Amino acid sequence: MTEKPVDDVTFTIDGQEITVPKGTLMIRAAEQLGIIIPRFCDHPLLDPVGACRQCVVEVEGLPKPMMACTTTVMPDKAVKTHATSDMAKKAQEGTLEFLLINHPLDCPMCDKGGECPLQDQALAHGSNTSRFIDQKRRYDKPVAVSEQILLDRERCVLCARCTRFSDQISGDPFIELFERGALEQVAIYEDEPYESYFSGNVIQICPVGALTSTSYRFKARPFDVVTTPSVCDHCSAGCTLTVQSRRGEIQRQLARTNMAVNEAWNCDKGRFGFTHLTAPTRVTEPKLREGDDLVTATWTQALRTSVAAISAAKDAGPGRIAVLTGSRLADEDAYAASKYARTVLGTDDVDHRTRFAPSTERDELVAVLGRDTASYAEVEAAPIIVVAGLDAEEEVPILHLRLRKAWRNRTARIVVVGPDLGTLDELAWRHLPTAVGGEAAVLRALSGDGVLNGPGSEVAAALGEVESPVVLVGERAGAGSITAASLLTDAVGGSLAYVPRRAGARGAMQAGLTAGTLPGGRRLDAADDRAAVEAVWATELPEEPGRDLHAILTDAAAGRIDVLHLIGVDLARDAASVELARAALTKVKTVIVQDLAWNDTVREFADVVLPVSGRQERAGTATNWEGRAQRFSRAIDGPDLVQDDWEILLQLAAILGQDLGFNDLEALRAEVDRLGVRDEPHAMPAAAADAKLEDGEAAGEGFDVVARPLLLDNGTMLTGATDLLATAREPVVVVASSDAAELDVSDGDRVELTGGGGALTLPVRVTTNLQPGTVVVPTNAADQPAGVLADRDGNLRVTLTKVAAEQPTGEHSQEVA
Amino acid sequence: MELPPVLVTTLTFVILALLVWVLLSRTVLGRGFSVPLRNMFRPVETSQYPEKPRPVAPRFHGRHQLNRYADGLEKCIGCELCAWACPADAIYVQGADNTVEARYSPGERYAEDYQINYNRCILCGLCIEACPTRALTMTHEYEFSADQRSKLVYTKDQLIAGVPPGGDETPHTDRQVKERGLNYYGGLAVTPPTLHGGTYRPAGAAPASRAAQVVPTGDLPISDEQPTDPATVGGPTRRDPGRDR
Repeated sequence: MTEKPVDDVTFTIDGQEITVPKGTLMIRAAEQLGIIIPRFCDHPLLDPVGACRQCVVEVEGLPKPMMACTTTVMPDKAVKTHATSDMAKKAQEGTLEFLLINHPLDCPMCDKGGECPLQDQALAHGSNTSRFIDQKRRYDKPVAVSEQILLDRERCVLCARCTRFSDQISGDPFIELFERGALEQVAIYEDEPYESYFSGNVIQICPVGALTSTSYRFKARPFDVVTTPSVCDHCSAGCTLTVQSRRGEIQRQLARTNMAVNEAWNCDKGRFGFTHLTAPTRVTEPKLREGDDLVTATWTQALRTSVAAISAAKDAGPGRIAVLTGSRLADEDAYAASKYARTVLGTDDVDHRTRFAPSTERDELVAVLGRDTASYAEVEAAPIIVVAGLDAEEEVPILHLRLRKAWRNRTARIVVVGPDLGTLDELAWRHLPTAVGGEAAVLRALSGDGVLNGPGSEVAAALGEVESPVVLVGERAGAGSITAASLLTDAVGGSLAYVPRRAGARGAMQAGLTAGTLPGGRRLDAADDRAAVEAVWATELPEEPGRDLHAILTDAAAGRIDVLHLIGVDLARDAASVELARAALTKVKTVIVQDLAWNDTVREFADVVLPVSGRQERAGTATNWEGRAQRFSRAIDGPDLVQDDWEILLQLAAILGQDLGFNDLEALRAEVDRLGVRDEPHAMPAAAADAKLEDGEAAGEGFDVVARPLLLDNGTMLTGATDLLATAREPVVVVASSDAAELDVSDGDRVELTGGGGALTLPVRVTTNLQPGTVVVPTNAADQPAGVLADRDGNLRVTLTKVAAEQPTGEHSQEVA
Repeated sequence: MELPPVLVTTLTFVILALLVWVLLSRTVLGRGFSVPLRNMFRPVETSQYPEKPRPVAPRFHGRHQLNRYADGLEKCIGCELCAWACPADAIYVQGADNTVEARYSPGERYAEDYQINYNRCILCGLCIEACPTRALTMTHEYEFSADQRSKLVYTKDQLIAGVPPGGDETPHTDRQVKERGLNYYGGLAVTPPTLHGGTYRPAGAAPASRAAQVVPTGDLPISDEQPTDPATVGGPTRRDPGRDR
């Protein structure tokens, strides 16, 4: 907790001697001895407050009872808990009697009943009777503080856990204690809706049933749910979860304590975002296209149709098939897809990304795998954190909590490199603005290779003074950023992490789901790598590195590809250029789709639809951005006809007369282990003096677009989570204040963005934390994805036109002021 | 030697009686016939079971019943404590929200679904002890058998007591319930949920005076009416539909 020189303090608790560092709270020291002092307000991850007065202990020599949760250890004192001290026991009983005076004791109908600390501790430490005979204080109940959370003020014991969480951990204090005395109560502000991405945590840490969940309301009891440990599949944070199901249906998901990753928290998306598994949009049976309709087929028919298309494409010549996987696959699926593409289809045309990445990124991703990646612990301890092309709260929320923790402990100075500050505006120490895609130049300049302005040289000087800074590079950082970041960490020390957004991105990188790469951080163009993989796979690998997403789509749109095999990717919505993706999907002869949901790609373009199982319906492994692999297990049974992605690939291979070499997950994992990783990691590619990055290049009028995802958007994995989506942030186009003045728009005005591929109408939000000449657009939160704005090369450059004001909201207005 | 006729008669009887006694008690055949002979003079023990069932002990553990208040509201709040207590895992309860438009029980919660599986139930009565509202009691009915297992899973409509005279079938509206001013839970009034049509609306722009949201004590319905004995409220249980089928 403190960085001061550590002195040890020795004292006794209930006669047992213990030595702990100075400054330790008594309640923590007692825990080390296995003595549990009852408590409500105390939480190891929140600052002590001493609000509930339950943890009374007697300290010998002090006249008054002390609170174990706010008192630090004192040398040579004898502390007596309720176990040995009558005074402490009596005081605790008295406190509980007081806490229960206004508590409604409606435990039978309370959702917390059965897992309630107040219930448990009243039973263990309270007295049997209450002397209170009057009418209890009564409030209206329950009050919906947000669509997700119900507040029952009668049950509240004013422990302030929720308000401290909002203030200290999530940093969005929408919920606060109001009034005084007997009427003191938790409430939200009148004019601010409770729209936190982390609000679900207050339900979990509430020690009584004061804050309960709307989605779990009256659904189940702790004893009748089946609890399965799992790993969240919504982003690359890799939060560990507890999935609780009843009668084969998920009732709720809780954050599982894992101090190395998510501590005790998770975000609302991970907590409430499981309804897509049972939503009507779920794909539950194989389908085949007949004309404009998709008709139900058997698995045999669907697989045989796929195989016929694949065989025909293989016979038609090389390069007629491509495999595109989204970054949502489990590690095993990614490996199976990688092997399937290279050995069965004989192609290297694979890509796991939905953005059009620069050509250098392939080698960077391979090199990143070989390096030691920064971890959550390193982020928390880092004195300086450089964040480039990443908006952690929207993309990897738990990483945002770690950044915030590092910032709040006053140990970290956060430097943002990129066009916009995003949600880091409160935390950022310095913002080094760049043009879109210009992060690499600034990162290189920080390592001494380039010119810096005022704040930049300040950051460079600070980086020179500290040890082990952390550089986090996100997906949106421009070409060469990873290389530049590695040069920076090589120059000043510290560690680097590439933080992709989606849960399976790192797993896909490790499995070699990028053209030109091979599993285990290997490259197709390195002879020893090819030999190592060929030895295990017992096959000849394609010689030439394949095409990336942009090349695949371009060739497909030109009719040079016959079969697109999509595994968990919604190209029609997520691809960097929607126009190109739709052209490609229309042109290819057969689109084979393995997916969970009826997304645009499935509805409009799929010729064969193969239903797959979701994360909670299967076992597997997930690797988060740190490279930490975590197993998850099957919590519920999926629909009858779904299969895991790797199982489907196995069967396709079998019908094509090939053996993937494994029949179960154990064998698959054993093969991955046998393959291992490359002994000597590949080096980062040499920093290319990328030409196109002069920031003054703003040709003519128009704005560069930062397509930034929002955490809660129109993603298919949030289908059906109405309570959750009600707290989504409004999709806006963020405009720099100087540009806004020029365009004569202010907050709330609607503007039409017109880009190379289409148009989009959004309300404006003006900010000063944005590079002029740039606008920030949500990727998938408006009625159309940001990809419609891009031209066929994925370039996002738009013009803004103000839309007449009196149009009713929600209409796609074309009128221009 | 002439014996007096009286003596002859007496001796004859004695000898005959001895012979009969020896016949009945010392021979297999006689012992067998003695049983009906003896029972001809005893009171009849046979119960005319299907026609005239015998009364059971007052605390007999028979089939369960979900009781109602006098106005017809269900006592069950769907808390699942019975299911929790059940050693045979025979009870399934699914709670749900009472709404302003459709109120089934006092308070926020009611049992949307309630099932007891009599394939598993051991009629131990732990559920009755666990019930916090005396919603679940046991009747004296023990005649439940079926030719299919599925028929032994009793659902809520089979278990719930009939509507007492003067009461209404659930659901009620909140207005109806409030107008009656009945004291549920032994004198404590019911806090109505602020729930309209099944969805919660955020309390956005909450009234400036939060203290005004406190329900004043004076508004509590004070009634001298003693809550009626839970065990007696509720009409006769419906005839077991399983048997009627």
